[in-house]
Amino acid sequence: MSSILQMRFMLLFSRQGKLRLQKWYLATSDKERKKMVRELMQVVLARKPKMCSFLEWRDLKVVYKRYASLYFCCAIEGQDNELITLELIHRYVELLDKYFGSVCELDIIFNFEKAYFILDEFLMGGDVQDTSKKSVLKAIEQADLLQEVGVGRG
Amino acid sequence: MVMPSLKLQDLIEEIRGAKTQAQEREVIQKECAHIRASFRDGDPLLRHRQLAKLLYVHMLGYPAHFGQMECLKLIASPRFSDKRVGYLGAMLLLDERQDAHLLITNSIKNDLSQGVQPVQALALCTLSTVGSAEMCRDLASEVEKLLLQPSSYVRKKAVLTAVHMIRKVPELSNIFLPPCTQLLRERHHGILLGTITLITELCERSPAALKHFRKMVPQLVQILHTLVTSGCSTEHSISGVGDPFLQVQILRLLRILGQNHEESSEAMNDLLAQVATNTDTSRNAGSAVLFETVLTIMDIRSAAGLRVLAVNILGRFLLNSDKNIRYVALTSLLRLVQSDHSAVQRHRPTVVECLQEPDASLSRRALELSLALVNSSNVRAMTQELQSFLEVCPPDLRADCASGILLAAERFAPTKRWHIDTILRVLTMAGTHVRDDAVANLTQLIGGAQELHAYSVRCLYSALAEDISQQPLVQVASWCIGEYGDLLLEGSCEETEPLQVEEEEVLALLERVLQSHLSLPATRGYALTALMKLSTRFRGDNNRIRQVVSIYGSCLDLELQQRAVEYNALFRKYDHMRAAILEKMPLVERSSPQAEEQPEEEGRGASPTPTEPKASELLNLLDLLDDSSGGAQHPAPQSPSPGDAVGCLPAMPGAPPPLAPIPDLRVFERQGLRLTLSFERPSGVPALLLITATATNSSGSDVTHFVCQAAVPKSFQLQLQAPSGDTLPAQGSLPITQLLRVLNPTKAPLRLKLRLTYNHFGQSVQEVFEVNNLPAETWQ
Repeated sequence: MSSILQMRFMLLFSRQGKLRLQKWYLATSDKERKKMVRELMQVVLARKPKMCSFLEWRDLKVVYKRYASLYFCCAIEGQDNELITLELIHRYVELLDKYFGSVCELDIIFNFEKAYFILDEFLMGGDVQDTSKKSVLKAIEQADLLQEVGVGRG
Repeated sequence: MVMPSLKLQDLIEEIRGAKTQAQEREVIQKECAHIRASFRDGDPLLRHRQLAKLLYVHMLGYPAHFGQMECLKLIASPRFSDKRVGYLGAMLLLDERQDAHLLITNSIKNDLSQGVQPVQALALCTLSTVGSAEMCRDLASEVEKLLLQPSSYVRKKAVLTAVHMIRKVPELSNIFLPPCTQLLRERHHGILLGTITLITELCERSPAALKHFRKMVPQLVQILHTLVTSGCSTEHSISGVGDPFLQVQILRLLRILGQNHEESSEAMNDLLAQVATNTDTSRNAGSAVLFETVLTIMDIRSAAGLRVLAVNILGRFLLNSDKNIRYVALTSLLRLVQSDHSAVQRHRPTVVECLQEPDASLSRRALELSLALVNSSNVRAMTQELQSFLEVCPPDLRADCASGILLAAERFAPTKRWHIDTILRVLTMAGTHVRDDAVANLTQLIGGAQELHAYSVRCLYSALAEDISQQPLVQVASWCIGEYGDLLLEGSCEETEPLQVEEEEVLALLERVLQSHLSLPATRGYALTALMKLSTRFRGDNNRIRQVVSIYGSCLDLELQQRAVEYNALFRKYDHMRAAILEKMPLVERSSPQAEEQPEEEGRGASPTPTEPKASELLNLLDLLDDSSGGAQHPAPQSPSPGDAVGCLPAMPGAPPPLAPIPDLRVFERQGLRLTLSFERPSGVPALLLITATATNSSGSDVTHFVCQAAVPKSFQLQLQAPSGDTLPAQGSLPITQLLRVLNPTKAPLRLKLRLTYNHFGQSVQEVFEVNNLPAETWQ
């Protein structure tokens, strides 16, 4: 039994089934992605509020949590620790919250690239890069600054 | 008029403002046209904005492939704003299936070697997200260099990129293994975390790496120890737990290193005990760490006491108010139920309570675990709990629950009667959800429990009378009534309520099943055959049965029609064979749990090993095994039932044209007892002769203990089937029939010697004689 916790993908979507972010950590065709997203959204949206955050879907485990109007959904495989994935999701939400100041869905909609940038500072290949909130936020800040200045090469 | 291109925010606004899908599509199509134009000859400074819009539109599900080249251009641009969006675009629009993705390899290479840190970060991120095997091979050395860079920001990313590279190209382990020793001395949590992930990946793929890194167990233990005890800075803690992400990752690595390795397991034993007892689990972070600890304890060679501690922690998790924690507990206990059965058993009451969970994910787990916990000492109690659950469980769990109960009953049934009761109850509650072989299993079970035939048939009759909708139940009940109908009428059975049943009631019930639109074709087959069997079990006249059978001779269902026609023929032309053909079945042999018994074949009273095709049954006939050729033959107990003859009867519609019928031969007569032989030479089997010996009694006194034995010359093979009975009542209409199979491969003249013993008129009689005047057609 593999001990690797590899995240397959992370999705953010609204209660109405509108996709707000999709990060794929395993090569999948566009067509296949669309199919999986549609299917999984249906499954998750059908869950009742009091149900637990874990479900089995296809050959994967799905960890999801709803924050206000957004569902945060991670598909993981292998022998895994669902509880730490919940922490991972929560950390990402905290980062968004700190960055946008009391984040809401509209922030994610109108600043979707930022949401990606923040995610890419926190996770890489599905693994956690840095466990310090401060460190991650600082890195985003610096990148934002650099964007203002506009220079790319040292 | 050309509408000006929108800014991203405005575009989003407009899309959201669209009232219909069509409107949305219109806005987007218009904008995409602008974007395309802009890509062609627009301001390069604004290109990144155009791509951002395209990426938004892509997320809504619209095609964006024409933006792929733009990603390449933007990545190659010196401006950071361009690169940021360009790399994002690459990660969203390019994947290794597209050829375009290889074109970014060069840009990445340049950015890795010459870019400022944020640029290197972008390049590394993209590489670890969409880097194909080829790209990884090309850029491995660049990443290796970055592992030694002074900036911890870059190093942590380089380490994780290495993880991805190894996943894509395992041979690259050669490059990335050596730096690990150094990296493990890092204090930066991010680098440490990445390194441990990297080491885990290496160990998973190579036993040599595994051996190498086992040396690091003490170091890892130390790192974890520091995290746990000195309570690291709040920067990395969550709810008072020191960097739970890092703790979990270390624990996972320790698990791999300690598996099947005494020394390593021992080295981590104390620490694991410490983490298990000291972690604060008031919040999820602590529970996550504790959970990982439990998983590690269970997977390595830990001390027995530690294992028990781990299982108990899971038991405590089961009582946690947090559903998620209960869920992981159930999942883990399920994994442990084989290896640590007694430890898990201690938590059985709690597990059973979890069956009540309204959340289907949890009740499903609880069901699986409950079924795994059934053993011979708790089977009665557990079956009761599971049956209560079956009554209320959600529909998608019904099949598993029903099957699980039946399986457990099969493995641990304390008595046959309990077993039959349990199956009955399950079939009544959830009949439509049981697996196909439940019917076969139950008939097998009942068949083998002779002392319970009366009990079974009564219970099944009562159940059937109440409800004819549950198909498996109806099938078993029909079969049982057919087989043991005589016991149904026979007055009382001590284990059930007294049941007074008339023959007519039974026939009416079976007819109801036959006619009901709820009955599946297979079920109706069972019912028809059962009716037929009752023609020999019941004493009354068979007019009602004959009527039903003849009606179904024109049934549209082919299977039923064929049966009915054959049964009809049994009544008309082969009445003398009817009793033998419909006699009680011998116990069916179950070759394997997977052997599906064809209900159709059973219904016909055909061979009890239905997995054999008809062809080999024919071979069996040619292959007759004899104890002694030519010696007196006794009926073989497990011989294929006379039902085979039905398949061989040449008078079936559509069967090959029969040979000229051989005239019957009366071979014996004494004081009203008459023995007649009728002959059959099935076409297609020239060496075979089927003899049916029919004994009738027209005298005023019963004939009892009637036994017929036969002998043939040495070159012949003879097999006697079990006779239909041994009693001929006075002036009885019911004859005794017995089938003799004679194989004559040498075509020698047939000679037959018979020996009869019986009681008649108060005297015991023995007669031995040779049959004379055997027609030549019996052997030529």
